[in-house]
Amino acid sequence: MDFNFNEEQTLIQNQVEQFIQKDYEWEERQKLLDTELGYSLDNWKTFADLGWLGLSISEENGGFGGGPIDTMIIMEQFGKGLVLEPFLESIIMSGKILDLYAEDDQKKLLEELIEGKLQLALAFTEPQSRFNLSDVTTTAKKEGENYLLNGYKSVVMNGPSANQIILSARTAGDQFDQEGITLFLIEREIDGLSKRDYKTVDGRRASEVTLENVRVSSKDIIGKEGKGFSILDESIENSILAISAEAVGAMEVLYKTTVEYTKTREQFGTPIGKFQVLQHRMVDMFMEYEQCKSLLFMATMKKNEKANDSKKAISGLKYQVGKAARFIGQESIQLHGGMGVTDELNVGHYFKRLTTISTIFGNTDFHLKRYTNL
Amino acid sequence: MDLKFSDKDIAFRREVEDFLVSKYPADIKEKQDKKITLTKEESIRWQKILSEKGWFAVNWPSEYTGYEELSVTQKYILQNVLAEHNTPVLLPFGVGMCGPVIYTFGTDEQKKKHLPGILNSDIWWCQGYSEPGSGSDLASLKTKAQKINDKYVVNGTKTWTTLAQHADWIFCLVRTETTDIKQEGISFLLIDMNSKGIDVQPIITIDGSHEVNTVFFDNVEVPCKNLIGEEGQGWNIAKFLLAHERSGIAGISSLKRELARLKEISSEINLGDKTLLDDQSFRKKIEETEIELTATEFTELRTLAAMSNGGNPGAESSILKIKGTELQQSISELFVEMLGYYAHPFFDENQIGTNQTIGPDYAAPVMPHYLNYRKVSIYGGSNEIQRNVISKAILGL
Repeated sequence: MDFNFNEEQTLIQNQVEQFIQKDYEWEERQKLLDTELGYSLDNWKTFADLGWLGLSISEENGGFGGGPIDTMIIMEQFGKGLVLEPFLESIIMSGKILDLYAEDDQKKLLEELIEGKLQLALAFTEPQSRFNLSDVTTTAKKEGENYLLNGYKSVVMNGPSANQIILSARTAGDQFDQEGITLFLIEREIDGLSKRDYKTVDGRRASEVTLENVRVSSKDIIGKEGKGFSILDESIENSILAISAEAVGAMEVLYKTTVEYTKTREQFGTPIGKFQVLQHRMVDMFMEYEQCKSLLFMATMKKNEKANDSKKAISGLKYQVGKAARFIGQESIQLHGGMGVTDELNVGHYFKRLTTISTIFGNTDFHLKRYTNL
Repeated sequence: MDLKFSDKDIAFRREVEDFLVSKYPADIKEKQDKKITLTKEESIRWQKILSEKGWFAVNWPSEYTGYEELSVTQKYILQNVLAEHNTPVLLPFGVGMCGPVIYTFGTDEQKKKHLPGILNSDIWWCQGYSEPGSGSDLASLKTKAQKINDKYVVNGTKTWTTLAQHADWIFCLVRTETTDIKQEGISFLLIDMNSKGIDVQPIITIDGSHEVNTVFFDNVEVPCKNLIGEEGQGWNIAKFLLAHERSGIAGISSLKRELARLKEISSEINLGDKTLLDDQSFRKKIEETEIELTATEFTELRTLAAMSNGGNPGAESSILKIKGTELQQSISELFVEMLGYYAHPFFDENQIGTNQTIGPDYAAPVMPHYLNYRKVSIYGGSNEIQRNVISKAILGL
């Protein structure tokens, strides 16, 4: 058993950490919130130049062939910096799908993706679907070599920037069937696709996507017709690991910021950190963070084990992340008092991201149930 | 002991309902139902309507209102029916806080000058208590009022001042003397917000709204006749007022309405084999909340009953503050949970209630509300301070 990163991984960690600490300044990040794009293309180019965008893409597709541990290292640091750039959406959620299942022309996109010239989004949720990946009502009706897409995809993360969208549609079966779901890769500009773009509470961007008689061909299918569910499921498993690493990074910043604040904020003639009732709460915050980190390491290392074991580990992790995100987030605000609810302080922004992370890819109730049933 | 309402009480309930049918303005109702923030004019208009009917300053003695006092049961019914119809929450600073201070501690001249403006809502009050260095430790406040002839010259900073941007007057705790026991040098002063030297700066909160402010005082001259009570009596007045502020802070009636809404909406969310409301884990949370809410409602009723028999809302009101705010937060959180991904699209205050939002009609205000309500366990004496009060005053620890 070994919990240490190897030399290469340590190198990556140091590199990302240095970028976050030196180049990802808080004031600059806050300015990005109000821009049209919501993140910085310069930063994205830096990610490409430093090889981060290709890190988890296989070598045969021009990447570095990194695994879940490498992704975890990057995402944890991104969590600390509350990075806005859509690494999760473009690379982990979507890029990995192309890496594993793209054929012919689709593969060429990977080169652009690694170079930072392409943005992707995964459209896997619908207004009624909540966290059920197989709840798909968007239809793909076969017409000769073509398919006609009709339906609606909701809260598509990174939708506004995405040049290409991977979406789930039903080629067969009923609303909740896993069989009969097909993934399509479609261009943003395709006829019949309309988007409504908006901000989300964590400062990121998403879209509502409407499909009206969008005509695609069988070449636009990823994987095989009707067999999209397992591809989607695998992508979400990887994405849960990644977003949990981000959460762990954000939690570390929050609990440490809170501890520091209570050392300097004085009331009743003493730093409030001297009050035992607050000390114990901060100890609990610290422990929740440590427990998350433990499950993160465990689930990440188990990723390549038997599917059921890995899934169970991942649901356990996401449950703990949801629980800790809520507790650490809410307590950080409470212990900062009025300052905690101001837009000016970073605490509220970390809290908001942790709040969305608790929901994205399934909340605590969902994953506790999945854990029980696995 | 009896939970039943008398015929007279039932008739009163009908009277309130009839009143709302004819007097609750449609434009205000629409904004309330869509959870759009009311303008100053709309808030005032509604308060005036209640005032004309004699249902505004219901906790004041009739000698100051000129209208008949309601019984505890009638107040309870009134509050409930108003909340069921989602009418605007009354701004507490004048009618709930400053008014009672003035009729309890003020001179006849002060009563005559200030009470009518509060009763008819012509004067908007705000509260100058917290300072950047004095939050939970309120008595350490530093804003200084130096007496020069017939005036106080006020210098200092007040913060978290709710809706100060609309206010005509502010009631402040100021330091008139530096004393060994810090509570002894505090006085209660009324200050006209139009005075020279006052500067109001907005604080934007995590929900993106402008509700609170920082108020700067730079050599602000205040006539001595604006002092309430004696110099150095401010802390006692503040304690009296904090108890008043806390009673009714629980907002039980609105919470009952919100919980009912939560159940109704979640019963329409289809998970395939069942609705969200029938989902075991979600339902458990709803029911736990409902039981806690019922308990808090009856704790409040017991407190009110004790008050109507001549008791004071003392440390018991701290229980209501803690339980009420915890419920406000947990219900706002259940709404977020109910929405799933549709809690995430985020819109400005002025977009909420328009067709610019995303998802179901009820979605857009949910997340801002959850974020905004993180404040409730912090303001009005943080819940940590309330627990200190209970532990000291009730348990004798």
